[in-house]
Amino acid sequence: MERGTFLYEVWVARWSLLSGFGITVSSAVLTIIIASLLGMIFGIALTYGWRPLRWLIRLYVDMLRGIPVLVLILFAYYGLSLFKINVPPFWAGVIALGAFSTAHIAETIRGGIQSLPHGQTEAAKSIGLQFHQTLAYVIIPLATRRVLPPWMNTCAEIVKNTTLLSIIGVVEFLLSNQQAIARNYMVLQFYLFATGVYLLINFTISQFGAMLERRFAHLRY
Amino acid sequence: MNYNFNWSVIWRNWDAFLNALLLGLGMAILSLLIGCVLGLLLAYARTSTSKWLQWSSWAYVEVIRNTPLLLLVFMCYFVLPEFGIRFLDKVESFILTLSLYAGAYMAEVFRAGLSSIPKQYVEAAKSIGMRPWQRQRWVVLPVMFRITLPALSNNLISLFKDTSLAAAIAVPELTFTARQVNANTFRVMESWLTASLLYLVTCYAIALALRAVERRYASIR
Repeated sequence: MERGTFLYEVWVARWSLLSGFGITVSSAVLTIIIASLLGMIFGIALTYGWRPLRWLIRLYVDMLRGIPVLVLILFAYYGLSLFKINVPPFWAGVIALGAFSTAHIAETIRGGIQSLPHGQTEAAKSIGLQFHQTLAYVIIPLATRRVLPPWMNTCAEIVKNTTLLSIIGVVEFLLSNQQAIARNYMVLQFYLFATGVYLLINFTISQFGAMLERRFAHLRY
Repeated sequence: MNYNFNWSVIWRNWDAFLNALLLGLGMAILSLLIGCVLGLLLAYARTSTSKWLQWSSWAYVEVIRNTPLLLLVFMCYFVLPEFGIRFLDKVESFILTLSLYAGAYMAEVFRAGLSSIPKQYVEAAKSIGMRPWQRQRWVVLPVMFRITLPALSNNLISLFKDTSLAAAIAVPELTFTARQVNANTFRVMESWLTASLLYLVTCYAIALALRAVERRYASIR
């Protein structure tokens, strides 16, 4: 390990880089879980919900899709304390990312449900399934299979959006690289390194998505 | 929450907000135009017969689409000067970043557009004796433009929202301005609500304007 080489510098900054990687992955995973659950509920409510509720959710979704995610993150960071919610920047960021991605996933799921052929629900009715059974055994499985590709895209988007947490001072992977750069001025090496790692994360996600698509191929029609 | 709104702060900084909005819009539109040219070249490369062109176009699109935009912004802003590419200012460096980013997305859009042009159109153009470049100019490109128009407008809206990332390199656009006003006056709600509303209204206006353009051009007769 020669002093002053890139590998040596990575070794020096290893703990900071690893913790940054951990923060990136954990914020992404948390956001994906929150956004997927809420997005599913919102998406179903958008299609089958009580009308005023539908309007409310529609308003929420349209508003959040028209605002940049960075604005939401900064708003949460500066504004949550006004609501007597005192959280560290990490959580402010995750809340903002979650709210933003929820809107996107809700819209995806609504599209997925509405693109299902009518015959599927008709058939479920004709064999005497209740509405909640139809939802659980027909609509959700089929729609899930249908929205897998855009949902995976959203997951990759979420991983990319976690870099914005660095702007509110959360030391995620990008910021940990920048801190390393501040020490040794190896601009190109460290940015390329960061790019490579993000590519790897997103490549893993898309491989995982492809695997899910193969596994649930029987749900295509 | 008992928060006393005081909007006078916003009226005092109204010019700054408006200029910031126009700067963001300008950056988005310029990036879209440059990105269109780049995307078109990439799409042609992707559909060409040369394996090398195909592969490099694919690699470019995959790398750009799986890298966080913030990382690309820092790459252009901090790494390019190392190689003697010195920009006149931050805005130009950001426009370059956004153009490269838009190019990758437009490449996908145009590739889909190119492959969805009916074979008969090209055949007909051949049969009346058009040269290859004439076919592109009078048949393929106009038809593709009509097919891809909705995707183009979505991209413009996304790009406009992405200009918020220029705040990270202190380009005085909407997000940065809101942050400045917030820092100077501590009026958290007013600054961020104003920024959010301006983004919302602008996105909505872009959507409406482009919907009108689509109605005018979208049908292929």
